[in-house]
Amino acid sequence: MEIFEVIQPGVYTTVQDSGRFSYQQFGVPVCGVVDSFAYRVANTLVGNFQGQAVLEATIFGPTLKVLNQGFIAVTGGNLSPLINNNPLPMWKSIAIHTDDILQFKGVKSGCRAYIAVAGGIDVPLVMGSRSTYVAGKIGGMKGRPLSAGDRLNRGREIAKAEGHVPSELIPLYPDDREICVILGPQDDYFSKGIEKFFTSTFKVSTKADRMGYRLEGNSIIHRGGIEKSIISEPSVPGGIQVPPDGQPIILLVEQTVGGYTKIATVISSDIGKVGQAKPGDRIRFRQVDIGEAHKILKEEEEKIELITKSLSR
Amino acid sequence: MYDKPRFLLAGDRGLLVEFGASIDPEINQKVRHIFLSLEKTPIDGVTEVIPTYRSILIFYDPFQSDPEGLKKEIVDRANSLDKWEFPPPKTTEIPVCYGDNFGPDLEFVAQHNNLTPEEVIQIHTSGTYLIYMLGFTPGFPFLGGLSESLFTPRLENPRQLVPAGSVGIANNQTGIYSVDSPGGWQLIGKTPIKLYDPTSPSPFLLKAGNYLRFTRISIKQFHEIASRYRD
Repeated sequence: MEIFEVIQPGVYTTVQDSGRFSYQQFGVPVCGVVDSFAYRVANTLVGNFQGQAVLEATIFGPTLKVLNQGFIAVTGGNLSPLINNNPLPMWKSIAIHTDDILQFKGVKSGCRAYIAVAGGIDVPLVMGSRSTYVAGKIGGMKGRPLSAGDRLNRGREIAKAEGHVPSELIPLYPDDREICVILGPQDDYFSKGIEKFFTSTFKVSTKADRMGYRLEGNSIIHRGGIEKSIISEPSVPGGIQVPPDGQPIILLVEQTVGGYTKIATVISSDIGKVGQAKPGDRIRFRQVDIGEAHKILKEEEEKIELITKSLSR
Repeated sequence: MYDKPRFLLAGDRGLLVEFGASIDPEINQKVRHIFLSLEKTPIDGVTEVIPTYRSILIFYDPFQSDPEGLKKEIVDRANSLDKWEFPPPKTTEIPVCYGDNFGPDLEFVAQHNNLTPEEVIQIHTSGTYLIYMLGFTPGFPFLGGLSESLFTPRLENPRQLVPAGSVGIANNQTGIYSVDSPGGWQLIGKTPIKLYDPTSPSPFLLKAGNYLRFTRISIKQFHEIASRYRD
C-alpha cells in the first residue's frame, strides 16, 4: 500500500534496516541504520518486528505527503518534525491520515532522525536487506537516496502498538559527547599517542557521512620507527583509523576493508552516538574494557525491553 | 607465518585473527582454510566472517559468544586443519579486450617498462593471479602475482569515472573495477564479464583464496559476450 509521496527529499534521506549481512567477504558493507537504538525503538513504537525498514533522515529531513492512513513514529535526533505545520511529538506512536504533510524544520539536536511506519517501508530485498547502499547502487529506492516524486510503499501491519517512550529513557544528543572505546586492534602502533587520544577533544569535520567521520584536533602521532599503515584488513563499524596525518577517522557502516592503523574501536552501543554528532560537534573518548562494553550493551537491550513492555498492544 | 594465530580485539563484536605479518600465498592459504572451515562448520554465535590478505575478522553476537571461547576454538582448528578436506582453489578465466578505448593506458604501461603493447598483453595473460581478498567496492579483487616487468605507478590525476570491467595496474597490483567508480589505476583493457551482479542469485563471480587468469579476446568477442548479458 502506498504511504508517502516525497515532496522534498531532504539533504540525505535513505531507506535503511538493520543491515545487509554475510556479504562483507565480497566487499559489500553492512550499511543499515547508524543509530540502532533510535531505529529499534521507532519500530517498536509502531508494532513492527525488529529489522523492518525505516527512513533515515540527515540534518534537513524530507517533506512527505501521506497517501493512506497509518501509524508512524519519529525517533533519533530532533530535526523539528511537523505534521500539518504543528509540532509532531517524537518517540511516540502517531496516527497519520491521507493528505497529512510530514516535514522537518531544521536540526535542534542530534543529526539523524528515524521515521518508522507500521508495516515497514516496503522496497525490494537485495541480498537479504532493504538498506540503501549508494556506492553499490543497491537497496532502498533504486540504490539512491530519496528524490522528489518518489512514492513509498508500506508493508502489511502485523501488530498494533501504541504509546510513548518514558522521558527518562529518551537519549539526549548533546553537542559535546563522550564516546566509549576499546583499545585496538593496532594500539601497539602508538605509545604517547594513546594518552593524547584520551585527553583531547576532537571536532567533527564537514567530512562526516555514513562511511566515516573525519575528526579535527590534536594530531595522534604513531610510535617512532613504525610503519604508519598496515596490510589491508577487515574493518568494523566504529573502528578509529589514524592515517599518517594523525587526524582520526571513525568508520561507520559503509566500509569493509582498510589499510590504516586503528588505535581504538567505538563500542557498538555508542556508534549511534557518533552518528548523532554533526559537523562542528565535539567528541571525547573514554576507554572501557570488553566486559564493561558488553555490560553497557546488555543495559541497552534491557531499556528496549522496558520500552516494549510499556506499550499497549 | 606465525607459529600460532595472533588475536586482537576489534570492538565488542569483532575478533581479528592474524596468521602472519606479510602478503604471502602460504599465509593466505591458511586464511582460506580457516575461513572455509567456518563456512562448513560454523561456530555458535559467529554472525559473519571476513577473510583478507593475512587475517580473518570474526563477528560474534556478544549474547551468545565471547572472545575467549572463540580464541580457543580457532586455535584448535588451526592445529587440526589437516583433518579437514578443502576443495582445491578454483581458477576463473577473465576474458579481456586489451588496448584502444578499453585500455587507454596500455601504451603508457608499455613505454614505462620498455615493452611493446603486445608484450604487455602477453605477460599479463601468462600469469596466474591469487585473489587475496575482495573489497574497496563490491566484488573488487585484490590480486597477487603481477610480473615485476609490468609494475607501473598510479595515474597522477585519477579519473572521475572508470567503467566497471576495466582492468588496471597500480604499482605491483593488477585488478578489475567491479562497479563504475573514480579511480587512478592505469587501464590496459576491459572485460565484458560482470564481477558483481546484485540481481543474480549468486551476485559475485570471485571468491577470496581462489585464482584467476586473463585471456585475450577481440573486440568482436567482447561485444558477443556483453550481448549475452543483455539477453
